[in-house]
Amino acid sequence: MTAPRHPVKRRSRFTPGRLGVYAFLLTSALFFLLPLYVMLVTSVKPMTEIRLGNILSLPMHFTLDAWRVAWQSACTGLDCKGIQVGFWNSVRIVIPSTVLSILVGAVNGYALSFWKPRGASTLFAILLMGAFIPVQVMVYPLVRVLATVHLFSSLPGIVVIHTIFGMPVMTLLFRNYYAALPHELFQAARVDGGGFWRIFLQLMVPMSTPIIVVAIIMQVTGIWNDFVLGLVFAGTKNLPMTVQLNNIINTTTGERLYNVNMAATILTSMVPLAIYFVSGRWFVRGIASGAVKG
Amino acid sequence: MAVTPADKALRAPVRHAKRKPLRKRFALAAYIALLPMALTVVFAYLGTMLWSLRTSFTNSRTFASTSFAGVSQYVRLFNNDRWMLSLQNIVIYGVLFIVICLVIGLLLAVFIDQKVVAEGALRTVFLYPYAMSFVATGLVWQWILNPELGIQEVLHRIGFTHARFDWIVDQDRVIYTLVIATVWQASGLVMALLLAGLRGIDDEIWKAARIDGIPRWRVYVSIVIPMLGASISTAFILLFVMVIKLYDAVVAMTQGGPGTASEVPAKFIMEYLFGRANLGLASAASIVLLITVLAILAPVFYVRSRALRLRDAR
Repeated sequence: MTAPRHPVKRRSRFTPGRLGVYAFLLTSALFFLLPLYVMLVTSVKPMTEIRLGNILSLPMHFTLDAWRVAWQSACTGLDCKGIQVGFWNSVRIVIPSTVLSILVGAVNGYALSFWKPRGASTLFAILLMGAFIPVQVMVYPLVRVLATVHLFSSLPGIVVIHTIFGMPVMTLLFRNYYAALPHELFQAARVDGGGFWRIFLQLMVPMSTPIIVVAIIMQVTGIWNDFVLGLVFAGTKNLPMTVQLNNIINTTTGERLYNVNMAATILTSMVPLAIYFVSGRWFVRGIASGAVKG
Repeated sequence: MAVTPADKALRAPVRHAKRKPLRKRFALAAYIALLPMALTVVFAYLGTMLWSLRTSFTNSRTFASTSFAGVSQYVRLFNNDRWMLSLQNIVIYGVLFIVICLVIGLLLAVFIDQKVVAEGALRTVFLYPYAMSFVATGLVWQWILNPELGIQEVLHRIGFTHARFDWIVDQDRVIYTLVIATVWQASGLVMALLLAGLRGIDDEIWKAARIDGIPRWRVYVSIVIPMLGASISTAFILLFVMVIKLYDAVVAMTQGGPGTASEVPAKFIMEYLFGRANLGLASAASIVLLITVLAILAPVFYVRSRALRLRDAR
C-alpha cells in the first residue's frame, strides 16, 4: 500500500531543520510510550512502593504478585475469580462473532458485486448510512427485539448484535475487494454452470484470503475492545473482559490496588496489542479500507 | 464495478441460451443470501430509528407507552441541567479532540515523511494506542493523572512544588483530561491515514517545487495539504464518530465526575434508558444526537462526493 518511493538521494547531512524533526518525533514517541511504561512498571511494584508516589521510577522490588492476583483472584463485587473470567467470556464472544460477521460480510459483498439483485444497492446505501447512527438510538429497541426472541442477555444474542454492528464495514470491505477482481472470472464460472453458492465457495472464498485476514484483524480487535454492547447485551454471565476490567477497577471498595489494576489493564489489552504488533501493515490496511470511502 | 463492453459481450450469449430458468434461480439465491442484510437494514436500522423517534413523542417511563405527548420530552430535555452540561461538554471536547488529533496526526505524518531513520518503529509507537480499548485508555490515564500518586507528585518531586496537575478532580478542567487520554489513543490513526495520503502524492511536485526554489514548508502548506483533502475528511469523519460515541472512556476514567462535571450525551442517554427508566426523555436525547450527526456529516459527504465526481470528470 505504501509503495517505496524512488530512492531519491538520501541526504545524511544534519541540518538544524533535521534536528527539529527528530526532536519532535522523539518527544512525541516518549509521550506515546509513557502510558505503556507506567502500566508496566506499576504492575510489577508492590503497593508499599507505589504509595511512595514515584509513578515513573523503576521497581526496586520486582514482583509478579499483582499479575497473579489480577488474573486469578481480583474481585468484581462478591466474585473473586480474577479477570480470567472476563478473558474467557471475551474469547467465547469474539470467536463466533468474528466468524459470523465475516461470513455475512463476504456473502453480502459477493452478492452486491456480482449478482446485483434489484434493490440491493439501495439496501447497501442504507446499510452504510446506518453505520453512523449513534448506538444509543438503536440500543433499547434492540434489547426489546432480542427479548421477544429470547436472545437477550445470552451468548447468541451478543453474537447477533456484533454481527449487526459489524455488517456495514464488513460488507464494504468485501464488496470493494470483489469489485476489484476481474469480472471475466465470474462470467467464466457462470458459463460453466456454477450457481450462486458454488461460485462463492469454490471460486471466491479461496481467492479472498488477504481480505479475510484484514477482516479477522479488524473484527477481533474491534469486538475485543467493545464495551457498551457487551455491557448491555451479553448478560451478567457473559460480561466481556473490558466490562469486567472496569468493574474491578471502578466499583471496588476499600484500598485501591494500583498494581493489580494496571496488571489487569495490560492483560485486557494484550490480545489486541499482540494482534497489532504481529500484523503490522495488515492492521493499517484494515484502517484504510475500513474507513468509509467516498 | 465498471462493466466493460467486453463483459457485456461475454454475458449476452449466456443469457440467451437458457434465459428464464437460470435467471430466476440465480436471483432467488442472491435474494436469500441478502436476507440478513435486509433484515438488519429494516429492523436494526430503520425500525429502531422509527421506534426511538416515536417513543420520543410519548410519556414512556419504564415501559414504552403509546400516549402521544407532543414535544414535551424535548422541552424537558432542554430544561435539564445535566443534558445541557453534557452538550456543552461534548462541544468543548469534540472541538479540542478533533483539532488536536488532526494537528498532531498531520505533524507526525509530515515529519515521518522526511525520510527519517527507524520510520517503522516510530509508526508502530504512534499507532499502538489505537489498538487499545477506550476502557483501558481511560483507566491508564486515570492512574497517570491520579492527584496523589500520579504525574502531579512527580512534578512536585523534581522541584515544581506548587505545580498543579490535578485536573481529573477539578470540575472545570476534567474535560481536558478526557481530551488528553483520547488524543493519545486516536492521533496515531490520523497519522496512519495521512501518511498513506502523503505517500500517494506524486514526486513530480517536489521536483517542480525544487526547480522553482519554493521552500519545503511552503509546498506543504499550499500544495500538499490541500491535496490531502480526501484523507483529512476521512480522518474527520472517523474522529467525529468517536466524539458522538464517547462513553467508554468517560465511564472508565471519571464516571462522569467529579459531580457531573464530565457528563456526556451518550452517557446521559444510557443512564436514562437503563438506570433511571425514563424512555421518553432518553429517546428524545438520542434523536437529538442523531440529528446532530446528520447535520454535520451530510455536508461533509456532499462535499466529498462532489470533489470525487469533479476529479473523475477531469
